[in-house]
Amino acid sequence: MIATIFNIPFLAVAALVGIALYIIISQRNLIKLVMGIVILEAGVNLFLITLGYREAGIAPIYTNAPEGVMVLPVPQALTLTSIVIGVAITALMLSMIMLTHRHTGSIDAEKSRRMKG
Amino acid sequence: MDALITHSPILIIAIPLLAAFLTPLISRVSDTVRNIIVIAALAFVAFLAIFLARDIYLNGVHVYVLGASAFNLTIPELYTVPVRIILEVDAMSIFLGIIAATVSLAAAIYSLSFMKQETGKAKFYTLLLLMTVGMFGLAFTGDMFNLFVFLEILSISGAALAAFRTRFADALEGGLKYIIISAISALMILFAIGILYAQYNLLNIAALAQVMQYTTLDKIALALLVIGFIMKLGAVPLHMWVPDTYAVAPAGISAMLVVSSQASMYALYRICFSLFGVTMNTLTVGWIVIILGLLTMFVGVTMAIPQTDIKRLMAYHAISQSGYMLLGVGVGLAVLGNPEALATYGREAMRGGIFHIINHAMYKGLLFLTAGALFYRTGTRDLNKMGGLGRNMKFTSIFFIIGALAISGVPPFNGFASKLMIYESVYRFNPILSVIAMLVSVITLASFTKAFQSAFTGPPLPQYKDVKEAPKSMLIGMGILAVIIVFFSLFPSLIVNTIVTPAADALINQAPYINAVMGGG
Amino acid sequence: MMMSKIVRTISNLLLPFILTYGIYVILHGHLTPGGGFQGGAVFASGIALFIVAFGSYNIQKNLKEHHLSILESSGALLFIGLAFGGIAIVFFYNFLVGSPILGHIPPSGSNPGDIWTGGVIPLMSIAVGLKVIAGLSVIVLVMALASSKTEIEE
Repeated sequence: MIATIFNIPFLAVAALVGIALYIIISQRNLIKLVMGIVILEAGVNLFLITLGYREAGIAPIYTNAPEGVMVLPVPQALTLTSIVIGVAITALMLSMIMLTHRHTGSIDAEKSRRMKG
Repeated sequence: MDALITHSPILIIAIPLLAAFLTPLISRVSDTVRNIIVIAALAFVAFLAIFLARDIYLNGVHVYVLGASAFNLTIPELYTVPVRIILEVDAMSIFLGIIAATVSLAAAIYSLSFMKQETGKAKFYTLLLLMTVGMFGLAFTGDMFNLFVFLEILSISGAALAAFRTRFADALEGGLKYIIISAISALMILFAIGILYAQYNLLNIAALAQVMQYTTLDKIALALLVIGFIMKLGAVPLHMWVPDTYAVAPAGISAMLVVSSQASMYALYRICFSLFGVTMNTLTVGWIVIILGLLTMFVGVTMAIPQTDIKRLMAYHAISQSGYMLLGVGVGLAVLGNPEALATYGREAMRGGIFHIINHAMYKGLLFLTAGALFYRTGTRDLNKMGGLGRNMKFTSIFFIIGALAISGVPPFNGFASKLMIYESVYRFNPILSVIAMLVSVITLASFTKAFQSAFTGPPLPQYKDVKEAPKSMLIGMGILAVIIVFFSLFPSLIVNTIVTPAADALINQAPYINAVMGGG
Repeated sequence: MMMSKIVRTISNLLLPFILTYGIYVILHGHLTPGGGFQGGAVFASGIALFIVAFGSYNIQKNLKEHHLSILESSGALLFIGLAFGGIAIVFFYNFLVGSPILGHIPPSGSNPGDIWTGGVIPLMSIAVGLKVIAGLSVIVLVMALASSKTEIEE
């Protein structure tokens, strides 16, 4: 039941989210932390697209449409918005890390922390 | 005028957006015109919010459907569910709208002189207006995915503004922590929205509330949503980003970050009361919120005692005060299924918690603005280095006294009124909670007495001999908030009956919220 | 810094195709998959190819950051202006459906080549496309400039 072929994308989502959470918790290098957040976002986007699949579904385009059920088009719009937001967050995080490196000379999270307590 | 009121939910969101993108073009021509456009847009939005509030208290929930052929055509013919993006404004939403409008107007007027020496001011005002768009959008939305989008707009512009003064290394660190926490929590919220969509094929909050059965997947979605919003709100145990981010942001932006945390709290209440309502086990979820509120209050105030940086001290107090709001509304949530307890003390606890939201925005905003004025004149945030400034900065010290007495719950200020409502009703629920809350209030007073004494009283130091009073626009910004605090202190029952009680009732009764979209059509 | 002559020649040859493809995806957003963000991202990746091949210092002499900022603001203002256009009925109302510009209502099924449909949507796609082109190009350009300056200082 778990290993039917239609469940493989959901297993991929679980693997991506698990790997991403592990990276975010354990890595000290700030660039790798950003990579972890990008992988988490890729996992959530994959989940959104996969939940729209209908068995033997066709692409949701009306022109020249053959007979049959269509896959859900709304999650595709949600995923597109999420990708755009992810681009903005990644650009913001990377530019902050670049400026931190210019101030403190290192991108290690432990060495470039100034505020404690 | 009628047409203006019917279109006002979208005008309140669209006018700051228009002004935000007009600002870079106008800055190339002249700076004064840009300042006038920013202040005029925010003032117009504040007026619209007040008029919309009056109309909501008279006529009920306002609905606005984007792109339909009539503004309240929620369910078109041949359909049984709403299909377009719908804005739904009820009394709790407009409550948050009023808070956001006043604080952003005060912060914008304050920032006119605070940011005078910085470069890149055009982008600063663009981001400030985008933050306002995010707050209003989060308050007025009736749609789960719109909630996510506006939450992200609010977080990204807030983080960019917190790290705005890139010449300070710790500003970048505070902004980086804020954006990392916001990204992770928003992705969790998106995951939960995906789970709900997969089950019910609906994104509208009112439509989901009508068909919600509380299956196991819904429990997972509820857990993810609650954790996501708790991370954004700054409650213990996920509060690590709050002191760093609030301390390094420019002072007007710290006040707006407080309101954005309260907007996340509003979203949490919307999910718990209007989306899930009595289908979930409100006693368990209510107790979880109460325990989080207690921990937040206690940890916040105890970590505030040894601080020497004045804005970091105020940030820890902001954490502690949001514990009061979680406690009050948590008690209301816990007794939601029990009608007699709800009528005796549950409703009162919710009114206390919600009244505390607006009080906290006002006095915490005022305190952050005074700390910014101290930084502007003396160049430091360290309490050990300041001293004896009360002689030269008279207005600033009066505003600080008003804010400090209000936050500690000293009568006759408005902090005392909301805290009394919380103490009385929570005592009838469980006496221990009330005792802890009173203890936290006493420690708050002690901490602010220390802060006032280090900064303003004492012998005048030689390096601060010719420090002048803060510039006029900063005083006007602080004055707006101080006048509102004094007004609330003189007429607390008027404010509670007019603004707070409709908001509490809107959360308790799920039915008008659902009927506005699904029933009337 | 600049890359070798082979890379520069090939990117000179490839760039018109990439930019045309990007504009095609933006303009046909209401008929085929794609639209404002997707086409803008393709266009901006062509600009990024150019920046990597020629070096950000040489590109920055002609493609300045404040020109891109003006383009971005005008794209956003065009979008909000079109949204306000239908405010007589409801915000975001598609006021061009049924009118002669872009207003055909096509029947369901196949009708190839009829791009004058969709009302306000193709215009909003163009506005979003302009904004995304300017936004993503400015991100790549400024980050490349900032990191190359750090290399020079070290």
